[in-house]
Amino acid sequence: MMVTLQVNGQTRTAEVAGWESLLWVLRERLGLLGAKDACLQGECGACSVILDGHLVCSCLMMAADADGSRVTTVEGLAEPTDLHPVQRSFVEEGAVQCGYCTPGLVVATAHLLEEHPDASPDQVREWLAGNLCRCTGYGAVRRAVAAAQLAHVADHPDGEGTS
Amino acid sequence: MRITRPRDLSGALDGLDTYPQAKVLAGGTDVMVGVNLDHHRPEVVVALRRVEELNTWEDRFIGAGVTYARMESGPLPALAELARTVGSPQIRAVGTLGGNLGTASPAGDTLPFLAALDAEVVLASPNGVRRLPWDEFLLGPKLTALQPGELILGVRLPEHLPVQQAFAKVGIRQSMVIATVNCCVVRDPDGATRVALGAVAPTVLRAHAAEQLVSAERRPSEATLDEFQRLVSQEVSPISDHRATEAYRRHAAGVLARRTLERCLTT
Repeated sequence: MMVTLQVNGQTRTAEVAGWESLLWVLRERLGLLGAKDACLQGECGACSVILDGHLVCSCLMMAADADGSRVTTVEGLAEPTDLHPVQRSFVEEGAVQCGYCTPGLVVATAHLLEEHPDASPDQVREWLAGNLCRCTGYGAVRRAVAAAQLAHVADHPDGEGTS
Repeated sequence: MRITRPRDLSGALDGLDTYPQAKVLAGGTDVMVGVNLDHHRPEVVVALRRVEELNTWEDRFIGAGVTYARMESGPLPALAELARTVGSPQIRAVGTLGGNLGTASPAGDTLPFLAALDAEVVLASPNGVRRLPWDEFLLGPKLTALQPGELILGVRLPEHLPVQQAFAKVGIRQSMVIATVNCCVVRDPDGATRVALGAVAPTVLRAHAAEQLVSAERRPSEATLDEFQRLVSQEVSPISDHRATEAYRRHAAGVLARRTLERCLTT
């Protein structure tokens, strides 16, 4: 069947076989390789995208059931020549080792800033509980999120979201 | 594969009537795992996310399509607590009450809440709507009384909801964990107490002897609490599996039920 999605602000259509996940369609049909294919069980968060305003695991979203939805992937967080503030803070804090979990963490953190910009450190940890890094740990990630929160507050002095 | 994406209940029931072999799909957090692992690949899917009636939450009726994220910010304290322990934000954004009931895992986190409140499960079919008490709906591990062509419409909670209610769960992590033991306790000011536990029997169970003991005292003494804990451990019938041994679960059930009760006593 044919599926139409608004991906990162653009209308994209793809021929979809039954039971293909949104993750598969993003990667294999639309060439967007940011969301990663890892556990395929909703455990690791490497495939995180924003679907109609919700942070979801794209591996658990049936592509055919996402027809007509708006999807934001890590590729769509900022203009191609620019970085999203979360991407910048991850770079500045060096919150990356192998990088496989990074797109999911960046998307989840960007959504956190939209939904709960003033989340406490404990709330940040709870929010990112479903994004696993198996290289090192989360110290640099936590510092990067805290820096992104500070930058977000500085950019939005009256407390409104970024979208 | 054929997919139907109805917007209302009659459309969903029509889909099941036309395609009796159809798999129903809500949030996908169980179904898609099976698909991704090549365990099943159904020919027909009835996708329920858009069905308005299932997304309704009105007072004592909670629709099957209500997500954990909605429960988390809802008005029922124990339901909000349990929702927060399910998966990650990614899972809670899409996983549903109806999915937890339909999957009927012994460890399902909404099930102790429904059992403690003596909730009814509301089922819809082309013949109309029927309600079943929770313990007539949940029949065994991954086994329910749902008939072919029937859909879980939601749950109906009783008119009276105890103010003191708490949920707790033991697992190997704070988040992202399937319960090793989970527990919900509800209590009225007059002492009437109900205790339900999951992952310690083929389905969620009520600890009736422990309930009876602790319901008789307005302010349970330490000795009563000790005996309450012992009775709960005695009443459960867990198995050993990759998550925990039978002995650990039996011990944890008593400790967890006591702590959950103590939280009720201090609220």
